[in-house]
Amino acid sequence: MKRLVLTSILFAALLASCVPVDLNAPIPVYDTGIDPTAWAKIPAGEFYFGQHEEVTSTEAYEIMVTDVTTAQYAEFLNDALADGYVKLDGSRIVGYYPGDTFRGVKHEEEIKAGDWIFIPLDDPSQRLKFDGTRFTVQAGYEDHPMTLVSWFGAWGYCGYHDWRLPTEMEWEKAGRGTDSRPFPWGEEIQRNNANFYTSRDPFENMRTFGSRTSPVGFYNGRTYDGYITLDSVSPYGLYDMAGNVWQWTGNIYEGMHYRFMRGGSKDVYDMDLRLWVRNNATPTYYSPGVGFRCAR
Amino acid sequence: MHFFKTRFNYLFNSTKGLILVAIAMIAIETAIWGMLSGPMAELGVRELVIKLFGMDIVQAEREGRIIILYHSIAMAVIAIETYMITSLLKMKPFFKTAINALITVGYLVTMIFGMGFAYFGHNWAFHGLYIFGLSLIFFAGLLMIIALWPWKEEYYVTDKDYAQTKSGVDLERIAFFATAVTTVLSSLFGAIPGSYYGNGFETFLAENIIRYPEKTTMEYSVIGHLHIMLALIAIMLTLIIGRWLNFKGLWHKFAMPLMILGTLVLNLGVWGVVTPLEPIAHMIIYVGATPSMLAALFLLIWNWNKLIKDGIAHIQKPKFLQKLGALVHDPLKFGPTWQMLFMNFTTSGIGIFMAVRLDEIFRIWPAREERIELTGHWHALSAIIATIILMYYGDMLGLKGKVRQLYGWAIIFLSDIALGAVTIFEMKRLFITEAEQQPLVNGLMYAIDFGLGMLLVLLAIVMVWRLTDLFKPKGRWTEEMTHELSQEVMK
Repeated sequence: MKRLVLTSILFAALLASCVPVDLNAPIPVYDTGIDPTAWAKIPAGEFYFGQHEEVTSTEAYEIMVTDVTTAQYAEFLNDALADGYVKLDGSRIVGYYPGDTFRGVKHEEEIKAGDWIFIPLDDPSQRLKFDGTRFTVQAGYEDHPMTLVSWFGAWGYCGYHDWRLPTEMEWEKAGRGTDSRPFPWGEEIQRNNANFYTSRDPFENMRTFGSRTSPVGFYNGRTYDGYITLDSVSPYGLYDMAGNVWQWTGNIYEGMHYRFMRGGSKDVYDMDLRLWVRNNATPTYYSPGVGFRCAR
Repeated sequence: MHFFKTRFNYLFNSTKGLILVAIAMIAIETAIWGMLSGPMAELGVRELVIKLFGMDIVQAEREGRIIILYHSIAMAVIAIETYMITSLLKMKPFFKTAINALITVGYLVTMIFGMGFAYFGHNWAFHGLYIFGLSLIFFAGLLMIIALWPWKEEYYVTDKDYAQTKSGVDLERIAFFATAVTTVLSSLFGAIPGSYYGNGFETFLAENIIRYPEKTTMEYSVIGHLHIMLALIAIMLTLIIGRWLNFKGLWHKFAMPLMILGTLVLNLGVWGVVTPLEPIAHMIIYVGATPSMLAALFLLIWNWNKLIKDGIAHIQKPKFLQKLGALVHDPLKFGPTWQMLFMNFTTSGIGIFMAVRLDEIFRIWPAREERIELTGHWHALSAIIATIILMYYGDMLGLKGKVRQLYGWAIIFLSDIALGAVTIFEMKRLFITEAEQQPLVNGLMYAIDFGLGMLLVLLAIVMVWRLTDLFKPKGRWTEEMTHELSQEVMK
């Protein structure tokens, strides 16, 4: 009898692991009051770069206050499709990339000039919908960061507007300011500072779909239906520089095709939200946990 | 006073007592620091533990803390292996006493002051003591090399059932010796860059720099060090288990030369990463790993054969199920080699699979996914090493009957459930998307937490039992005072 009970429990646990996930489960909609079209000015000067606090400097530049939203990306695709800047290729949107210098270093893969994927259209967690002529956004996700976008798609968005992806140094300086803090807001992290794995925000349900993105600028000190957020703005006024989505950066390093991401995401533990933590992937990689912002 | 003197004498002057202390220290450290990450962190236990113990956790120093944490656990494991070797193999009493004394003080100082430095503010005297502890362990290693010197006639074997040279030199002893020598040398590959990086506090975890095309010699040295030390701990444990089970016969004669060859070539490959041999180092490592793994396979074949033969000796025409029953009759004798086989599914097999499908996996997966696989597979190997030690320890305790069955099978099932789930977790991106993975991840996490959690509970029960036993005037500890492992080698 005991064996039967134990076997049944194990079997039930196994079945529970195979439950299909409703990727379109209702999502709470909140107005964060943060303008996703705003830019922050970052002055020229020195700052602490990396975990080991190497003193380095940048020129002055501007960077987006938030990640690029799905609504902004949909607008871009509509314009870019009309301009011929991007095109439909089967179940994906592609755009031209001039290629990288290939040095044949061990493990390096060649990125040739040609059309490369910007976004997939057939991924079930894609929040952009395409009816054959126009792109629209799944209701509720308008102010969420644009995800399922490759590095080419991020590079293409910024380039279309005569902007660019921030370098890793620019990204880190914008998040860290001029002191050695590990998080944009200071020394320590609490669950309501940022959207990370099991941060218990209103968008996650760890029994079913897990962690989902939050609207850009969500962690600004406001209270949403009783959920109190801490104001987690960076010293230069940027939001979501820790958590929510990894952010593509623009560096192309000699001898490697990988592109680097910063900031951690909704899918990782708090330790990976520290400002110097790096992630990387092939530039064709896309994920529900990867987005970007631009610099100029 | 007599009470404390006798217990102290048992705990620090007998092989089984020393092993008990080391297992208890690892258990305590694992229990406390295991609450700082994973599901315990998710449940908020981490914050409570930090407050309760007054830990001083600085975000920028996480990597350094982790390095000290796993070094302190590893040193205790090396101490356990050392106690086993000094008790199993013939050596002069002076060496046995000196080696055990040095390594005991060494690992305790390393563990206590290392963890004190890493987690409770930065008292630099503690850091100095941590380094001092590591140095003592290094000296214990040097003494071990001298003690194990195989080319002394008193250590020659006369029984033709054991692998030996024409002149009678014990090949198994040479295998122990080769592993000890290479372990001491390979520790330098961590010590030298450790000092170099320590000078500027630029600690890093090797898994975070895997994809960088250019690595410095010091970075390669650290990567080589962590790989080889774990491999050598596993090789040494394989030799120890072989001695405990009294590995001999034809398979022994095949296995020992392979073990020696594999250990040497494997080390040459790893050391090669800091030389111009770096581009072919991986190939040399594969070449070295193959004979080592073959030798372990031969031990497994011999052991399983023996278990079956012994178990069916009284049956005239044994059937398959009777043979199978004989094989698994004693989980503590079957378990260690089973875990070695299981390791191929959780560690070696995964590594080979990933290497074969490099273009489909690592070329596409983000670095953080690759890191999960890398850290997962060496955590799994470490856990398997721990379970094998615990099974040998169960036999040392003299567990019998149902308790022996329960203890042995609990270790096998609980660890294999957990490690099997870890393996699926590592490979999940091959069959499920990020967006749809949560229920699967939950199921796997339950399996991992259940397996490892219950294993720790089992260990806690054993430790509490041993603690209460110490309060008995005629407890089991009195019987263990003078027992040497060489007396308990299987017949």
